[in-house]
Amino acid sequence: MPTRTLTPGTDVLDRALVVDPGQRVPGRASGYPLRREGPAKLTGAAKYTDDLVFPGAWFGATIRSTEPRAKLLAIELDPDVDWSKVVVVTADDIPGENLVSSIKDDQPILVPVGGEIRHVAEPVALLAAPDRETLRALKGRIRLVTERLEPVFDPERSDHVFAEYDVTSGDLAAGFESADLILEGEYRVGHQEQLYIENNAMIAVPGEDGGIVIHGSMQCPYYVHKALKRALNVSSVQARVIQEETGGGFGGKEDFPSVIALHAALLALKAKRPVRMIYERHEDIIGTTKRHPAIVRHRTGFTKDGVLVAQDIEVVMDGGAYCTLTPVVLSRGVLHAGGPYRCPNVRLRGKATRTNTAPNGAFRGFGAPQTEFAAEMQMNRAAERLGISPAEIRRRNVYRLGDTTPTGQVLRESVAAEEVLEQAVTASLFERMRDRTRQEREERRGVDAIPSGPLRTGAHRRASGIGLAIGWHGAGFTGSGEVHLASVASVELTADGRIRVLTANTEMGQGTKTVFPQMVAAELGVPVDWVEYAPQDTAEVLDSGPTVASRTVMVVGKLVILAARRLKETVEARSNGVPFHEAFRDDAREHGATRIDQRFEPYPGVVFDDATYQGDAYPAYGWAAAVATVEVDLDTFEVQVNDVIAVDDVGKVIHPVLCEGQVEGGTLQAVGYATIEEMKLDNGRYLNDRLATYLIPTAMDAPHIRSILVEAPYSGSPHGAKGVGELPMDVGAPAVVAAIHDATGVWIHDLPATPEKILAALHAGEAGGGPGVGVMEPAA
Amino acid sequence: MTAWRFLVNGAPAEVEASGMRRLLDVLREDLGLTGTKEGCGEGECGACSVLLDGQVVDSCLVPICQVEGRIVRTVEGLSLAARERGSLDALQEAFLEHGAAQCGICTPGMLMAARAYLDAGGGPDDAAIREAIAGNLCRCTGYTKIVDAIAAVATPAE
Amino acid sequence: MPAEPPIDVPRHLFEAYERLAAGPTRPIAGGTDVMVQITGELGPIPERMLDLSRIDALRGISLESDGLVLGARTTYTEIRRSALCREHLPALVEAAATIGAAQIQNRGTIGGNIANASPAGDTLPILLAADAVILVGGQRGERQIKALDFFVAYRKTALAPDELILQVKVPLPRGRQLRFRKVGTRRAQAISKVVMALAWQEGPKGWSDVRVALGSVAATPIRAPKTEAVLEGARPTPEVADRAAETLAAEIHPIDDVRSTAEYRRTVAARVLHRLVRDAGGW
Repeated sequence: MPTRTLTPGTDVLDRALVVDPGQRVPGRASGYPLRREGPAKLTGAAKYTDDLVFPGAWFGATIRSTEPRAKLLAIELDPDVDWSKVVVVTADDIPGENLVSSIKDDQPILVPVGGEIRHVAEPVALLAAPDRETLRALKGRIRLVTERLEPVFDPERSDHVFAEYDVTSGDLAAGFESADLILEGEYRVGHQEQLYIENNAMIAVPGEDGGIVIHGSMQCPYYVHKALKRALNVSSVQARVIQEETGGGFGGKEDFPSVIALHAALLALKAKRPVRMIYERHEDIIGTTKRHPAIVRHRTGFTKDGVLVAQDIEVVMDGGAYCTLTPVVLSRGVLHAGGPYRCPNVRLRGKATRTNTAPNGAFRGFGAPQTEFAAEMQMNRAAERLGISPAEIRRRNVYRLGDTTPTGQVLRESVAAEEVLEQAVTASLFERMRDRTRQEREERRGVDAIPSGPLRTGAHRRASGIGLAIGWHGAGFTGSGEVHLASVASVELTADGRIRVLTANTEMGQGTKTVFPQMVAAELGVPVDWVEYAPQDTAEVLDSGPTVASRTVMVVGKLVILAARRLKETVEARSNGVPFHEAFRDDAREHGATRIDQRFEPYPGVVFDDATYQGDAYPAYGWAAAVATVEVDLDTFEVQVNDVIAVDDVGKVIHPVLCEGQVEGGTLQAVGYATIEEMKLDNGRYLNDRLATYLIPTAMDAPHIRSILVEAPYSGSPHGAKGVGELPMDVGAPAVVAAIHDATGVWIHDLPATPEKILAALHAGEAGGGPGVGVMEPAA
Repeated sequence: MTAWRFLVNGAPAEVEASGMRRLLDVLREDLGLTGTKEGCGEGECGACSVLLDGQVVDSCLVPICQVEGRIVRTVEGLSLAARERGSLDALQEAFLEHGAAQCGICTPGMLMAARAYLDAGGGPDDAAIREAIAGNLCRCTGYTKIVDAIAAVATPAE
Repeated sequence: MPAEPPIDVPRHLFEAYERLAAGPTRPIAGGTDVMVQITGELGPIPERMLDLSRIDALRGISLESDGLVLGARTTYTEIRRSALCREHLPALVEAAATIGAAQIQNRGTIGGNIANASPAGDTLPILLAADAVILVGGQRGERQIKALDFFVAYRKTALAPDELILQVKVPLPRGRQLRFRKVGTRRAQAISKVVMALAWQEGPKGWSDVRVALGSVAATPIRAPKTEAVLEGARPTPEVADRAAETLAAEIHPIDDVRSTAEYRRTVAARVLHRLVRDAGGW
């Protein structure tokens, strides 16, 4: 096998940001820097948490509830067992507050005796043993004595509200009065599992100072750090959190790792030795957060020309048993619920309630995929009713420069809704393909169509369909979130002449470790390989905020660039104008280390009132479009998504290969959400609790994804970038469901659009619709 | 406990273990070859894929007693000769250049499935590559760049 | 890390028989079912295991006077690559290709698929439709069990605790047609929602020796005798296809579970049969 040596790129003085896209340089990804930690990942050398060896470490396990709701009366240890060889931790062992830091103080680290169990698989006690045989044997010898309480599973019947929003603009009644068509719809989406392939993993090592060091898989080291301080009564220095190589997160490792880290830490402090808390897949699925299920109801007014005149939208989200991040997930969901469309009269209402199911949390898109699915279904159904092309009806409604959103935000720049729409329509030959699928439908109607009888096949085996959806995604935190975070990122010239970027932002596959050095190298005019990326260790880096909300490149990237600029100015001032790349080594020798800490400052002119929900909900928005083509098997209603054209406006493409990787991966997660990813529940227990039952797409199921990147820069960022991670997740599912409709004639209102639901909808539609065009309308 | 002998990445290995110990655990814990990952423990995700006598298998489903006298190849052995010179083999390099590795946790298993496919003479055909890696779940990439990387290596250089 | 029950690694059949006769023992071949059950703690951990991987008598594919003979340890990959299987039993090759993906096909065996007796076992409807015979053996001797008699209840078989599956023999009557169709949630690594095999002999007066066999619609893989009766002696006309599909829908009683619904399974089984008959009729 031929091999090629990877030489550090010292031979190329690359201004990383100005290499022409598409230009292929050997040893580089399409002319851009190779993934920084790529070689380690490709040779097996990269160390994920479970790969780390700590001599003498014990193995930890979590004792979980088996009921959805109950009072915990006692925790009984089998008296026939010698418990002296192991440690058991209950709520009584928690030195500080028995709370997991989140928005509301409602979630215990462990349910205390006398307290209430609120969901199946809730942590109640912890066990650590020197070996896994003992652990397995003793796990079953701890018994929970409980008194059953009546559980609540329907979020609409729950009387405990986590959050509520009501945003109004214009005059809704007048809007509906002026409408020629009023369309109602109810849409439902279920749980979605993040399904990072690396399960959650934490190792806690007690320190000599009474403190604790956490090594783990996580998105947000400082979230874990904060949780440790509060529950363990340790100082900022005594608590140290180190992110190890992390095998995917997608939001699933945003807040929940704090719980696991606390569990490992409590066991380690009691056992006085390192403890490994490594989840297996089943435990990871039953025990950690999912995407919020939601019910979204629309009442929409259109003129006969397809112009939106009124939107009345109600969102109900199932928060699960504890608040976690639910209020902000709901907030984002509500703010995006109208879709990327101008509408003068809008009411957006949202409510998230508590149920006795495992808590729901962050997952790529963060509330927006749920509500944008509904918005796009509504738009596609309106197009059909009005006899207007799905592309044309969007042309008539998409946000343009100067438009105002329901929160009163004037879109002053960086609006690319129209551009992503047109690019998607053009690249997919949308209208021509639609003509073709229409002709095919006509042909099927002539022969014996779908289904000519529930038990009878037709002359045609397959039907093709094409579907379009567009979306928007607010960049960075909602509202005043970034102001409250006040993140700090640093660039340092060390005394020995090295250049380091210091942030708390983690690499979990998306490319942080590659693009930050790339951006700094471009600013400093040095080869990218000269710039190091410091480890995400709270003892080394300041809090630059969590790695969430597609904020890393846009928000923290700005801080990093500004810090690099200040470093360059400082060094060049000291060297009397000798360029940085020539001067920095001498500067370091002469002046020692120079570190620039750059603190977040509000984006100019961006104002949001958290109390009234008025103003600029986000500094800028990313815009996305997707066109999906599907083939539906007319015998079995199996859906194959063949192609997706994904067009995403990210402001500025920093690294095309990594950026496309985000679009492709997010698109497939959306396709999975649309077609096969389903979490059924029974009495509050997940039934799809293993990889044999919770299915995600394989390479054979995945469509060919073509990503088209659009750049509508945002002036608030020095580079113009707005973030990419979540955008594709918002548009894939409605595009696929529209394509299924194009093929079969039925609208599936609740995700996933399984063959079972397509079959049921076709049957339901048979009575009213003609052959081949079963139409299921929601109750008006 | 029995001593089991086999070849790992060209070198002889001898491991004292219960015959039912999973090859995955032997590799990771007894031999320190942690490049092979556990994603599900039930043969669904393929993160633990290794080559056993040249065939790709899920090492979580192989008891060590069935490995006696056989040849195991893991991600660490994919480019042994090349790695001593600080380099990657052509498949690894193609993954790197195409952006086929993101979080990296499925990557070792994915590489082993691709290696088995290529060693069996697999070509650049999209559908054939997708079938060859259908036992390896990836949640990051959407598979597009993985398929492209494998196809690039399968295509004879011009 | 899962439990590690003790395991014996015999080299010869008689040694394996001795172990089986000595007490409760769980055989393991490719491990694609039993390893999952142990790791996932999906049932009691077996007290003792018996490795079959060294017993060469369980290997090989051959053409004999009474049909195609597959050793119990024949893997799905071996079936896919076998020239004999491709020529004489292409439906089995097709089925093997739908099982798991490369990793599972390289390890999983036809004997394991039979012994595990999952109602969703993908090769089992083919064995039922092809009148296969399963050769089992133990210290008490060898015996042949018809595939039709083998699957007695949910995951229960006619195999005695001291017996091993040795071979499966598939008769190859001249002119027999055999079709296969699997419906799963995704295109690889999927457990069937409905799986079907249809066999018949083409004759001057219509079809004979019709077999309709299904998986995932009952507690065991099953034949559908009432549906077979509709097709027996008939020609694959639209009317016959309709009647067969309606009969099948009434004949099977699938359930709702985590993978699908009873209604879907019933309807789609009928539609798949309708399609197979339609294809045979060429209309």
